[in-house]
Amino acid sequence: MQFKTPAPPHTRLDNDVTRVMAEVLIALVPGIAAMTWYFGWGVPITLLLAITTAVATEALALWLRGRPPKATLMDLSALVTATLFTLTVPPTLPWWLSVLGMVFAIGVVKQLFGGLGYNPFNPAMAAYVFLLISYPVSLTAWPPIQELAPHPLHLMDYLGVIFGGHPPGGLTWDAVTMATPLGEMRTQLGMDHMISEIRQSPLWGDYGGRGWEWIANWYLLGGLWLLFRKAISWRIPASMLGGLLVMAGLFWMMDPESHPFPAFHLFSGGAMLGAFFIATDPVTAATTPKGQLIYGLLIGVLVFVIRTWGGYPDAVAFSVLLMNMAAPTIDQYTRPRVFGTHAREAGHED
Amino acid sequence: MSVHRYPQPSGRSRRLWRFHGGVHLPDRKALSNTRPPLRAELPGRLILPLQQHIGEAAEPLVKAGDRVLKGQLIGRPRSYVSAALHAPTSGRVTAIEDHPVPHPSGLSAPCILIEPDGEERWAELPEPMPDFGTRDPAEIRERIRWAGIVGLGGAAFPASVKLNPGRPIHTLILNGAECEPYITCDDLLMRGRPEAILEGIPILLHLTGAERCLIGIEDNKPEAIRALYEAARGDERIEVVRIPTLYPSGGEKQLIYVLTGKEVPSNGLPADIGMVCHNVGTAAAIADAVLRGRPLISRLVTVTGGGVAQPGNFEALIGTPVADLIRQAGGYTGRGDRLVLGGPMMGFALSDDGIPLHKAGNCLLLPTPEEAPDPGSALACIRCGRCAEACPVNLLPQQLYWFARAKDLDRVQDFNLFDCIECACCAQVCPSHIPLVQYYRYAKTEIWERERERRQAEHARRRHEARQARLERLERERQARLRKKKAALAKPPAKGDDPRKAAIEAAKRRAAEKRAALAAQGKTPRNTENLTPAQRRQVEAAEARRAAAAGSDTQE
Repeated sequence: MQFKTPAPPHTRLDNDVTRVMAEVLIALVPGIAAMTWYFGWGVPITLLLAITTAVATEALALWLRGRPPKATLMDLSALVTATLFTLTVPPTLPWWLSVLGMVFAIGVVKQLFGGLGYNPFNPAMAAYVFLLISYPVSLTAWPPIQELAPHPLHLMDYLGVIFGGHPPGGLTWDAVTMATPLGEMRTQLGMDHMISEIRQSPLWGDYGGRGWEWIANWYLLGGLWLLFRKAISWRIPASMLGGLLVMAGLFWMMDPESHPFPAFHLFSGGAMLGAFFIATDPVTAATTPKGQLIYGLLIGVLVFVIRTWGGYPDAVAFSVLLMNMAAPTIDQYTRPRVFGTHAREAGHED
Repeated sequence: MSVHRYPQPSGRSRRLWRFHGGVHLPDRKALSNTRPPLRAELPGRLILPLQQHIGEAAEPLVKAGDRVLKGQLIGRPRSYVSAALHAPTSGRVTAIEDHPVPHPSGLSAPCILIEPDGEERWAELPEPMPDFGTRDPAEIRERIRWAGIVGLGGAAFPASVKLNPGRPIHTLILNGAECEPYITCDDLLMRGRPEAILEGIPILLHLTGAERCLIGIEDNKPEAIRALYEAARGDERIEVVRIPTLYPSGGEKQLIYVLTGKEVPSNGLPADIGMVCHNVGTAAAIADAVLRGRPLISRLVTVTGGGVAQPGNFEALIGTPVADLIRQAGGYTGRGDRLVLGGPMMGFALSDDGIPLHKAGNCLLLPTPEEAPDPGSALACIRCGRCAEACPVNLLPQQLYWFARAKDLDRVQDFNLFDCIECACCAQVCPSHIPLVQYYRYAKTEIWERERERRQAEHARRRHEARQARLERLERERQARLRKKKAALAKPPAKGDDPRKAAIEAAKRRAAEKRAALAAQGKTPRNTENLTPAQRRQVEAAEARRAAAAGSDTQE
């Protein structure tokens, strides 16, 4: 009798890429819901736009490259990119910027480099930074959370903003947007205000930005679930949040009136989303255990440095992209000690 | 890698070490370990590959048509690292010819084919050595070598070689971990014949000079642990150690680490750290050879998986065709779609059930598509690093994969490719379903091949250089002679006569004489007469061509 002869192991394999990506998407559901709760319809509309464009771009790119599209589209990675992008940009983002961002993320950053697994940069973050530099006004025009908004945006308002490019009936852009907590902090500190004064602003919640702190909590919950599922390793989130916390803590202890307390850094901007969902993108991160600790730590430090002394209120995207560049080098110098070899051998560490 | 305490059959706990990585797998041992092993029927023919072991193939001592007796030596080891081969039953040698053998390549190799006569008549066997303790270890090793014993855990390395480490040994490790899923032949051996294993231990201790023996058994085999623990009671030198079930605890280096916390050095052997490791089945076979004078002619083999009707273990003669064993295990259920020799992790898929059971054959596995689904084509590596987390050797499988794929054979060695034990943990956890071990095997083969070519080129270069040197030496000698001659000629001519002119005159004279002689015979001299044989052959070939051309012309 004749048999087929596949490669070992002859078992049921534990895992597949689609499942990894699906777990990430599931873990993002609480965060998406929280964003929608605080910002309204703009979030799901942008999400839908981004997902549609991402999948279409991926399909087109695969077709142009002569690759079978089904297996790659089924890996759900385009959906993860679209979702992360959506959660990073303002919910009022004009439709064509969402489309442009996704075409850039999938078409240029991902597929031009060879598709999933070959891209040196995180596609969602590269697209965000590309848009932020090219269209800074649209990318920083955040509406306030609905409970703070003098004119909360409803479904039709959002459709008008996103597709029509104008604020609802008679209002100016200034009336519908407001500084983000991180932006406000930056501006106020720039005017030499004390933290205790700045803290009086309604933008503040219990420990982070109002609303933002709860969005961060839901990201944290999703992230912990990913850890529990062993979909991500603890090293990058722990070291990134740790790095940010230590830097923020140090400066806050030195001068609590000109440096916000550490929890503010963790719970006001993109730190939590970045730590569990963006920096952990396996394709672009360091892969050795020690390398992941260094990678995460440096992202955390960079976030603090850029937020405090750099030109932008938030810095997760820049920090991640900068460390994406460093990841191969980090891997090179953090090779684990191979069983039966000595730690002092060249290129190895314990 | 860490140390922890683990409960032991004695009731106390013991320090054990945990290697990096490893994977927990559904063990599926209950499929085949619920009934005692059956004696397999005598097959219609036996196929005995001359090479069933690591090292050189055996040299056949019989020829087609010979009658052989059970246990008769029919192949002798060709060199030190080689193994003897015996007739598993009495019968007639029908042929010595190429036949498909158990090898991942699926290729054929020389085999001795025996047609059993059903009489099971034994050959004269050597004397038992109950007094082995007073004998020279070399003599006992010779007996083990005669018996054709190789590592029965699957590696098939000649046991007598492994028992001659040439270094002081303090600890003997017996491997009863049986960490691969499905396989239960060691389990049943430990449960059914613990005394045979324990008989082997004093022999192994005597041969290696070790003071103590540790028997490592995974805790998913409580009966085996109990049986060996009870049997070994009272022997201070032996400790039966219960270890956690974690694939690949049964890897030689991993087991040694789990039991002792000592790492066998990279590119090294257990003997480098004073240890020797043998499979429990090998210990029992050694006891049979030394104490009963019996060669290795049969082994326990597990036949299992959803693809066979009645999974179980069989005491089968070496050389029994796989199809015969499956028939005795109730035959195919029709649900198995691959036939694996060995366990699911390290075994290889066979294309045909006509191949024979060999000495290293511990398991025949027929998983159903539910047990081992086709993973589909591999996706791109997403660099998730799970492979590195699972690797028991702490390699970076993902980097090895990139370098192997890029055929960067230097980098792949720099990343310790040769420390890879091919346990397939990395492939097991890979979300992209990349057959990683295939890439590593490929890279290893390429490197061996390149090494071989390099050695050949080196050899050729040396030969070329030697030839060059010889030619130069000859040339120098010729020049030297010439110089001497010239020097001799440069001396003032003897009687004023120019010797050169004289020589020319003499040659002219000789030519004239020759012409005259030829003219006397009525011939004119031709320039084809003083040809070398090579020139003559060329001329003849040309003539033949001309003739042939002429012949074909006339045919048209």
